[in-house]
Amino acid sequence: MTGQEVAFLALAVVGGFAGLLVVTSRNVVHAALWLVVALSSIAGVYLLLAAPFVAFVQVIIYVGAIVVLILFGIMLTRAPVGRRVLDNTLRARVGALVVGAGVFVMLTWFMAEAWGGKRIANQAATTTDALGLAIFRNYVLPFEAVSVLLLAALIGAIVLARRD
Amino acid sequence: MPLLYPLVFAAFLFSAGVYGVLARRNAVMVLMSVELMLNAVNVNLVAFSAYLKDQLLSGQVFALFVVAVAAAEVGIGLAIVLLIFRNRETVNIDEVDLLRW
Repeated sequence: MTGQEVAFLALAVVGGFAGLLVVTSRNVVHAALWLVVALSSIAGVYLLLAAPFVAFVQVIIYVGAIVVLILFGIMLTRAPVGRRVLDNTLRARVGALVVGAGVFVMLTWFMAEAWGGKRIANQAATTTDALGLAIFRNYVLPFEAVSVLLLAALIGAIVLARRD
Repeated sequence: MPLLYPLVFAAFLFSAGVYGVLARRNAVMVLMSVELMLNAVNVNLVAFSAYLKDQLLSGQVFALFVVAVAAAEVGIGLAIVLLIFRNRETVNIDEVDLLRW
């Protein structure tokens, strides 16, 4: 068991536990904070997968902007607390557990069949300028489309949420 | 490391997100579960990019685009939730059922 695998297992246990607590916590603010833990552990996983720029973007944008946006949303909608208000009925929750567990079992089974013994080779971390070249040479059209999408989302959110 | 490690991690996060979308009633919690699912997809993309030693770095580029689209989606989703809360004083998605049969 290499050091890389040990580090990955530690991050995966923390991230998986945090992800579970996001969807089962009784307090909305606690769930948002557990989401921070889950997203940070995912950033650590990106570092182990030789993608440092994606890890930094994950921390800056997901943890730094999206979670803050979610916390603002919780604050502005007077976050309720408690199992009865936050969760669906018990029958619906049992059904959701069955569906969730079924998705997990199915995905793991198929992936074990397809990529059972394969290994990710040790490789150098992807440099930022290599990633920049990849975006601006091969994927420049989706990049421009995402820019227009972000502009449209920004204007749309302002129009939706303003008081008039 | 074995390729299955990040794939199973991503599958677990995705299943947790699926459970959250189905079992939660608060609209902001549903948005948080959708974010979990999108992050699971990103882990999958980056893991495969590392496994295939892709010269074009497609997995990482796609992961960045997914992050951007997720940010736009959370912005619009929260604006809609705010509007619903302003009009109806509730963010319980079971009580917003005007379009149901």
